[in-house]
Amino acid sequence: MEPTKKHSFAPMWRLIKRRKYYFLGAFVATALNVLIGFITPAILAELIDHYLGDKPSRLPDFVNSLIDMLGGRAFAIENLWIFGAALIAINLIKGAFSYLKGRWCAVASEDTAESLRNRLYNHVQHLPYNYHVNAQTGDLLQRGTSDVETIRRFLNVQLMSVFNSVMMIGIALSLMLPVSGTITMLSMLPLPLMLIFSWRFFGTVIKAYRNTETAEGKMSTVLQENLTGMRVVRAFGQQQSEVENFNDANQKHHQTGIRMALLDATYWTSGDLFSAAQMLIIEIACILEAVAGGITVGDMVILITYSGMLMGPTRQLGRILSDAGKSMVALERIDEVLHEPAESLDEEGIEAPLDGDIEFDHVSFSYDENQEVLRDVNFTIKSGQTVALLGATGSGKSTLIHLLQRLYEPTGGEIRIGGMPVSRIPRKHLRQRIGLVLQEPFLYSKTIKDNVAIAVREPRQAAIDVAVRDASAWEFITTSEKGYETLVGERGVTLSGGQKQRIAIARILMKANDILVFDDSLSAVDTQTDAHIRQALKRRSKGVTTIIISHRVTTLSQADKIYVLEKGRITQCGTHDELLAQGGLYARINAIQNGQEVSA
Amino acid sequence: MQYQEEQEYTKTIKLKTWKNLLKYVKQFRGKFALVAGFMTTLAVSDVILPLMTRYGIDTFVVPRTAEGLTPFIMAYALLLIVQIAAIFFFIYFASRVEYGICYAIRREGFRKLQELPFSYYDRMPVGYLMSRMTSDARHLGEAFGWGLVDLVWAVVYLSATIVSMTIINWQLTLMILLVLPPLAAVSIYFQKRILASHRDVRKTNSRITGSFNEGIMGAKTTKTLVREEENFQEFSTITSHMKKISIRSASLSAIYLPLVISIGSIATAYLLTEGSHLVLAGAMSLGTVTAFFSYTVNLFEPIHNIAATFAEMQRMQAAAERVLSLLETEPDIQDTKAVENEFGDNFNPKKENWPGIRGEVDFENVTFKYKDGETVLKNFNLHVNVGETIALAGPTGAGKSTIVNLICRFYEPTEGMIKIDGVDYRERSQLWLQSNIGYVLQEPHLFSGPIRDNIRYARKGATDEEVRAAARLVNAEEFILRLENGYDTDVGEGGNRLSTGEKQLISFARAILNNPRIFVLDEATSSVDTETEALIQRAIEKTLEGRTSFIIAHRLSTIRSADRILVIQDGEVTESGTHDKLMQLGGFYHTLYTNQFKEEESRALLDTEA
Repeated sequence: MEPTKKHSFAPMWRLIKRRKYYFLGAFVATALNVLIGFITPAILAELIDHYLGDKPSRLPDFVNSLIDMLGGRAFAIENLWIFGAALIAINLIKGAFSYLKGRWCAVASEDTAESLRNRLYNHVQHLPYNYHVNAQTGDLLQRGTSDVETIRRFLNVQLMSVFNSVMMIGIALSLMLPVSGTITMLSMLPLPLMLIFSWRFFGTVIKAYRNTETAEGKMSTVLQENLTGMRVVRAFGQQQSEVENFNDANQKHHQTGIRMALLDATYWTSGDLFSAAQMLIIEIACILEAVAGGITVGDMVILITYSGMLMGPTRQLGRILSDAGKSMVALERIDEVLHEPAESLDEEGIEAPLDGDIEFDHVSFSYDENQEVLRDVNFTIKSGQTVALLGATGSGKSTLIHLLQRLYEPTGGEIRIGGMPVSRIPRKHLRQRIGLVLQEPFLYSKTIKDNVAIAVREPRQAAIDVAVRDASAWEFITTSEKGYETLVGERGVTLSGGQKQRIAIARILMKANDILVFDDSLSAVDTQTDAHIRQALKRRSKGVTTIIISHRVTTLSQADKIYVLEKGRITQCGTHDELLAQGGLYARINAIQNGQEVSA
Repeated sequence: MQYQEEQEYTKTIKLKTWKNLLKYVKQFRGKFALVAGFMTTLAVSDVILPLMTRYGIDTFVVPRTAEGLTPFIMAYALLLIVQIAAIFFFIYFASRVEYGICYAIRREGFRKLQELPFSYYDRMPVGYLMSRMTSDARHLGEAFGWGLVDLVWAVVYLSATIVSMTIINWQLTLMILLVLPPLAAVSIYFQKRILASHRDVRKTNSRITGSFNEGIMGAKTTKTLVREEENFQEFSTITSHMKKISIRSASLSAIYLPLVISIGSIATAYLLTEGSHLVLAGAMSLGTVTAFFSYTVNLFEPIHNIAATFAEMQRMQAAAERVLSLLETEPDIQDTKAVENEFGDNFNPKKENWPGIRGEVDFENVTFKYKDGETVLKNFNLHVNVGETIALAGPTGAGKSTIVNLICRFYEPTEGMIKIDGVDYRERSQLWLQSNIGYVLQEPHLFSGPIRDNIRYARKGATDEEVRAAARLVNAEEFILRLENGYDTDVGEGGNRLSTGEKQLISFARAILNNPRIFVLDEATSSVDTETEALIQRAIEKTLEGRTSFIIAHRLSTIRSADRILVIQDGEVTESGTHDKLMQLGGFYHTLYTNQFKEEESRALLDTEA
């Protein structure tokens, strides 16, 4: 994020080109706005020198012949209101261009920001499962929000300001030079210094500003941890040490703030110092020149006003130059995400029925070459059976079922459903027909009802009620204050893990499934509810092939067949009694769980 | 967290709110005075500058003489130096005020947060409190620091300009000032609308952030539900709304300044015409017209500043009210003055006066009602002997957590009293009690930082050896030493770099470090892998040994190891006794046991109803 680092402007140029007409319009409006801004001092000078004084006119000939047609100087002096009217007219026209510039700039930049946000969001949605497993969510969020904002600001404000400043400086100089070469030169003197200074120093200011932000971030982390851990704080009577801890962070932020105050004051005052020096020089030079007869009062008005108009843009230019690099970096960061290969949901394939047997044929899988997650897995799940998977964390059981929905592709072997290789079935079809409940399901920031009905197009209330009852979620939903209309997620109420899991199950039950998969998704409900849900499943999903991952022997033992997965291999399979007879992981787990549960 | 910032706005500025806030900012009155002084200096010098130009034109340029130019230049330079100094100091001190107020509000707020009872936290979500302490505090700092700057400058500049103009030519001034009312009206109207539109944009921006975040966090679930298209539709609805209101907001700003300047130019045009007449008639000098011209052109600036400041104040009104409500809430659990005198407060304990503790606990006719009037416990009586383990069972919401919270004095009984070692615990300080209680939460909360510091959290003075001894006692050392940096491993924010089971083990070590006489355990329901489960079981056994313990149990082994099981239903003890006794009773516990814990029974249930 070094502001001085070189970055390519090409990607930014592509963004601009997409809305070239609006940008072009904005440029033209800016140019006209700047140009017209120079007229007012010229009119003043003309009034002072030619009409109030006796100096020759400085207006172009065609304007003067126009005035002559009306009655010349005498007419103008009789009708001085014309100058006033001209002033108002100029301001109105300038205002119109200024408005157009603002509006077109906004249209162009907001449109760009909208399309960037949409493209990013859509792309992120289509990035493969594994990307999201490893994604740094905070960083990704930053790219979709503050990086887009940086680019938007660049296009909306900075780009036009640079153009505005360059126009301003160029025109001011070319208008001042004919009036007085020496004074123009004098007024230019502080400009390069000013430019370099504001460019360099603004970099320092920005860095200090980031330090302040970091310090504030640390302070809010301390605060957040304190608030979320308030029970622990109180339980251990650590209020005093928490106060010290927070005061420390608060103090640090305050200190960076004080440093910031000094830097800010220095930065802005130095700019003013340059301006003041320039103003003083011009004022003295003008008076001396005027006394010597070199320039008129009108000239003086022009020189002083124009050189005053130079300072602001120069200062701004320096600031923007030192800040603009950020937007190139931001765009690079966004492009980086957009260039990640996404998976297609509109692929060709055969929308085969999925109610047949599921065969894992020598299936292997690894994320990278060093570590095999699944090794030569072979088994067949008969259509309509309920099977259970048991395995320690990292044994590969989640990966195994993710392969079914093609969230991952096997690195070796083949999975077939009803004899059809899943690699030939479109992902969309697979995911629509296989109901998969994740261990940590995500609920959207919607009402409970919308969450339950999220996977179907036209949900009927009766169907929702049944699904919710079958998922044993009926009671906690209906006894809560707002019932189905309770808002969950980011801005809504916090549900317990078990409540979330039950809503996630109801949501899957809403849609038509050929295969149901539960990835340890009953882990946070109690044993009794677990049993209720499984019982409801048995009733409503007769004939649906069901795969359940669980740690609970009570759950596992109900399955038609239990598979034990260890380090990526299936080491045991059979019914509850068979596995107990075999000994091994299942029997051990059973012993531990029943050890607690041997009757009194 | 940023997008949680909720935005409520009130319509009017209430002076009372600001007056109440004054007591938190009065320590800055010296700096306020300095800022006001520098702004006055700056504004006055801003008004003098055109007079200097006027003098320059009338004295040197028009009569074409350089006589007396040197003192003029000196005076001019001096004026500029004064201006620059004023600018430097006002920026410096206004920033100091900004950061200082922010700091002071946060310091007071944090201290208050450490004292507020749990009933407060029940009502206020963490995100809400975070916003009060971060963005609201920051905005108030800005409002006080820079609002003052803008206001003082504008008022002084406007008055000085009017005075200066009136002295020179009051008739002309009167005509020119006619433009002020429409200028003010337009400024106020637009400033309000512009601020409102900015608020809309910020709100929508928060929604975009929230929605984008949801898109990332929910991506995996979205895939399994094939909801990519629908999500995108929802997201693009917000972004297109954002585009619409952003353009509207930008257009509003784009039209405001030209409009104000155009209105102002009516006065300028009038001045130009009338001034020219006066110059031609010899009634006014060229320099004077020039000075008048500068004044007139700049008239809109103070008006704009004042309008902007009031619009900003209005925006800040809600923030000020929210911050005040935090700072002024009185904690309803407070030690009495007498207790504080004897045992010290939460921040300055007098540990030398603290009595020892054995761990006998009595509930005497305890009734507890929530703020909203809901009664949780009614006339509850319980005697617990030193070293006894009490397991609490019963349906959710029956009052188990309330009992635990009452023991910890997170809440106090509405009626009746709780005695520790025979003395009402309100006669001791909160800190005394809490220092003698070990507490393990259902969802263990760790603080970012090394494991060592997390265990030491119970007693900051504990030695490394004591920390290790605590970890060993609950069998946590083995996994700790397996981590890359051992005891120095950073657990991450909220302990998120550790698994749930590991966090639980550390929270046990933390709870026993101080060798508390009373122990409270709200057992976790979330499942951990079987091996860790066994470790935790042993940790619980070790922890309970020899302490008066209260457990909200979810594990059979834990509940069975209790000396006494209390079944709580609707705030009353309905069954009490050992496991065996309650099983014989055939009541709630029996049902609970058969449903929740007993394997064979649940299988039978499935078979019969399938």
